[in-house]
Amino acid sequence: MNKIKSALLAIGLAVAVAAPALSQPATVSAAPTAAPAVAAPIPAAPITPAAPITSTTPTAKADAVKPAETTIGTSHSVAGMGQPVDALIGIQPQVTKLGQQALWMHNSILMPVMVGISVFVLGLMLFVGFRFRAKANPVPSKTTHNTFIEVVWTLIPVLILVVIAVPSIQLLAAQYKPAPANAITLKAIGNQWFWTHEYPDYGLEVTTNMLSAADAKKRGEPRMLAVDNRIVLPVNTPIRLLTTANDVIHAWAIPAFWIKMDAIPGRINETSFTVEKTGVYYGQCSELCGIKHSAMPIGIEIVSKADFEKWIVAKGGKLPASKGAAAAASLPVSAPVPAAALVPVLTNSAAPAAAPKG
Amino acid sequence: MSEATASISAFTSTQVEDHAHEDHKMGFFTRWFMSTNHKDIGTLYLIFAIVAGIIGGAISGVMRLELAEPGIQYLPWLSSVLHGTDPQDLSQGQHMWNVLITAHGLIMVFFMVMPAMIGGFGNWFIPLMIGAPDMAFPRMNNVSFWLLVPSFFLLLGSAFVPGGSGYGAGTGWTVYAPLSTSGSPGPSVDMAIFALHLAGASSILGAINFITTIFNMRAPGMTLHKMPLFVWSVLVTAFLLLLALPVLAAAITMLLTDRNFGTAFFDAAGGGDPVLYQHLFWFFGHPEVYIMILPGFGMVSQIISTFSKKPIFGYLGMAYAMVAIGAVGFIVWAHHMFTVGMEVNTKMYFTAATMVIAVPTGIKIFSWIATMWGGSLSFKTPMMWSLGFIFMFTVGGVTGVLLANGGIDNYMHDTYYVVAHFHYVLSLGAVFSLFAGFTYWFAKMSGRHLSETLGQIHFWLFFIGVNVVFFPQHFLGLQGMPRRYPDYPDAFAYWNHVSSIGYLIMAASMVVFFANVAYAFIAGRKAEDNYWGEGATTLEWTLSSPPPFHQFETLPVIK
Repeated sequence: MNKIKSALLAIGLAVAVAAPALSQPATVSAAPTAAPAVAAPIPAAPITPAAPITSTTPTAKADAVKPAETTIGTSHSVAGMGQPVDALIGIQPQVTKLGQQALWMHNSILMPVMVGISVFVLGLMLFVGFRFRAKANPVPSKTTHNTFIEVVWTLIPVLILVVIAVPSIQLLAAQYKPAPANAITLKAIGNQWFWTHEYPDYGLEVTTNMLSAADAKKRGEPRMLAVDNRIVLPVNTPIRLLTTANDVIHAWAIPAFWIKMDAIPGRINETSFTVEKTGVYYGQCSELCGIKHSAMPIGIEIVSKADFEKWIVAKGGKLPASKGAAAAASLPVSAPVPAAALVPVLTNSAAPAAAPKG
Repeated sequence: MSEATASISAFTSTQVEDHAHEDHKMGFFTRWFMSTNHKDIGTLYLIFAIVAGIIGGAISGVMRLELAEPGIQYLPWLSSVLHGTDPQDLSQGQHMWNVLITAHGLIMVFFMVMPAMIGGFGNWFIPLMIGAPDMAFPRMNNVSFWLLVPSFFLLLGSAFVPGGSGYGAGTGWTVYAPLSTSGSPGPSVDMAIFALHLAGASSILGAINFITTIFNMRAPGMTLHKMPLFVWSVLVTAFLLLLALPVLAAAITMLLTDRNFGTAFFDAAGGGDPVLYQHLFWFFGHPEVYIMILPGFGMVSQIISTFSKKPIFGYLGMAYAMVAIGAVGFIVWAHHMFTVGMEVNTKMYFTAATMVIAVPTGIKIFSWIATMWGGSLSFKTPMMWSLGFIFMFTVGGVTGVLLANGGIDNYMHDTYYVVAHFHYVLSLGAVFSLFAGFTYWFAKMSGRHLSETLGQIHFWLFFIGVNVVFFPQHFLGLQGMPRRYPDYPDAFAYWNHVSSIGYLIMAASMVVFFANVAYAFIAGRKAEDNYWGEGATTLEWTLSSPPPFHQFETLPVIK
C-alpha cells in the first residue's frame, strides 16, 4: 500500500517538473473547421453581461453574418497535455500559476504528510502486533493512562495541521484574487447537455457539443472529450470566467487549469485564470446534471494573442476599439468573488433576478 | 470502564431464571411482527441490513461491470429488462446509471449501515451493556423498525415509476435541486423523498429511544464515565441523529412542495436558491457521515480492548473525542460544496474547521494503538477487522485532510478521488467495523460460533478486494475523472478495469461470509457465556449465549 503511495508521490513530482511539449495551434490544421453557424455577433455595441441574450441555440442565428473560415481552434491535441493519460498515477500537468502553486502544495506538503502518517500508523500497528502478540507477551500490562503521551498526540497533529493550513490559506487567497480590469471575460453557461460560451467583450457566442466517437476519431481527438466547437483563448492573458446555467446545476472544470466552478441557475459565479502554455485542454461537466452528464465536455484551445484576435474576427466577433473599451465593457473589477450580486440573473424564464446574495 | 468491569462477577449467575415458557406463548407473527423485545428487534434490523446490503452491493456490482470497459455496454439492456425500454436507446441506459448510483448511495447509507449499526448492534447491546432489561420505549422501538420496511419498499418501488428522463430517480443520493425538482418530473423522486421521510422518522424515534434508555436505564453504579465506549458512541450518534435528521426532513419537504405545490424555495426564477438546498442537505449530510462511523468507533474500541486483554487506553479522551467529533461535525458542512462559489472567508473557515476534526480522530487512532501496546494480543477475526478498520480509516482520514483544503478541493471535487476517500472511510471503515462487530457478537446473539478459518479467509479476501476496488480510484481522481459517469474517456480505462477486478475479489469474499454464517447455524460450536475470555469485560458477557429472552430483571450493581 505505502509503496504504492510512495510511487504515487514520486510520479506526481515527476509529472510536475516535466516540461510538456507545446502544440503549434496556428499552423497545424489537419481537420476541417467545424460547422460555422455557431458563431454569431450579438448586436448591442457596448456589450455588458447585462445585455439581453435571447437565445443560446445555434439555429436561431441562421441569418447571422457568415464568418470566414479559420483553422484556429482545430489544432491537434497533444497526448499527456490538457487531458488524462491512461494508467498514470499523478495530477495532470498544470499550465496556470495557481495550478502550479496548488500542485506544489499537493506534492510537497500534503503527500508527504499523508504518506508519512499512513506509514507511521501502519508501522506502529505492525510493531505492536509483533511485539505484544500473546505468545511474546502473555501477561498484559494494566496501563490505561499517560497524560504526557496523550498531550503529545493531541498537540503534534495540531502542529501538522497548522503547517498545512498556512499554505492552504495562502492558496485560497491567491485563487480569490479578482481578475485585472483588462481581463477577457468568458461566460460559460451550462445547459442540458451542452455548454454555451459567451465572449461579452467581442459579442461572440460559441455553443459546444460533444463529438461522437466516430467524429472524434476522425479528428484524432480523445473520445468523450472532443467537442465540435472549441473555445479559443489567448495565452498569458488573464481570463475572467463567469459561470451560470439555464436549467440544472452543472460545473465547468478544466483539470489542467485547476479550475472547477459550479454553473448554477440564478447566480453567476466568478473566478479567473491565466494560461501560460498554448495548446488544447479538455474538461468535463463535474456536477450531476441528468442523463448526459458525462457527455458535455469542454474543449479549450489556448493560442497567441494575435491568433486569438484572428479567430474572433473569423468567427464574426467584433474587436473592441481599444483596451480601454474592452475594460469598460467588462465587469467592474472591484467585485468580490463570487459576483452574484452584481450581475443580473440569466435564466430561461423572464422572472426577476434572484435576490442578491452577500 | 475498567473499574466498572472489575466488579461484575458478583451477579454472573443470577440470570438463569426460566423465561422459556413465556417465549413459547408467542406465535411467530406475534414475536417477530409485534415485538417489543430489544434483542428480537435488533435481530430484525440486522436481517434487514443484510438484505439491503445484498441489494446495494449487487447494484455496485452492476456499476463496476459497466465501468470495467469504456463505452456503455449493459445499461440499456438492463433498462430494457427492468422497464421494457428500447434496448438500443442509449439515453435510457444513461438514466439507468443515475438511478443505480442514487439507489446504491441511499440503500447503503439509510438501509444498510445505519440499521446495522444503530438498529442492529445498538438495540442488541446497549441495554445489555448498561445493565437494562430492555429499551426505554419498547413499542416505539418496534415502530422504528417497521417504518423502515415500507420506506425501503418505497425507495425500491421508485425505480419502477417514471422519473423524468426514464424510470426511477436519477438525482444522486444528494437529491440536489433543481435536478430533483424541475429536472425530474414524474412520481419517482416523490417516492424517494417519502422513503427518506419514513427512514428519517424511524431514525429520530430510534434516537429518542437510545438517549432515553442511556440516560435513565443504566444499572446502579453505571455512571456515564463507566459506560462502555460503544454505549458512548451510540449516545453521541443518537444526538447527531436527533439534531441532523429534522433538517433533512425540512429540506426534502421543501423539495416536495417545490415539485408539487408551486413553491420556489430552491428555484431561482421564483426568488429561491438552489444552493440553499445544498446547505440544508449537508447540514444533515456531514453529521450523517459521523452517524455512520461513530458506532463503528465504539465497536472497535470494545474489540481492541478485548483482544488486547487490556482496558481501553485513555477512556475519557476516547469518549470525549467522540463528543468533539460529533459537535465539530455540525459546523463543517460546506466543505461538501466548495465549488458552489462561496466567499473566500467562508471557504477559509470551512477549510480550517474541517481540519480540526483530524485532532480528535487522531486521538482515537493513537489511543487504540496504545491500548494494544503492552497488551497480550490475539488476532481472532474480530480483531483483524478492527485492525483493518484502524489502518483503512487512517488512509481515508488523511485523504480527508487533503480534501479539506478548499484550494486543493477545486481539483478533486466531484472526481473519483472523493469517491475513493469516502469509500475508504465507509466501505473500508464503517463496513469493516460492522464485520468486526458481527464476528465479535455473532455467537453471543445466536449461541453458535462462526468458523475462525472461514472468518480469516473472508477478512483477507475482502481486505484485498476492497483495496483493489478503491485504491486505484485515487489515481482516476488525480487524472481528473468526474464522478457519476457511466462512460469515460479511454484514458481512464486501465484503473477502472483494475477497480472492477477488485469487485470480483470482494464478491468472492462475501460468498465465504455467507457460507460461514450458514456453517454456524448448521454445525457451529455451541457458545459459552464469555467465549472471548478475560479480555471481554462488559456486561453482555455475564449472560448466557444467546442471552435469556428477558435479562437483568434483578439489576446488576456496578461498583
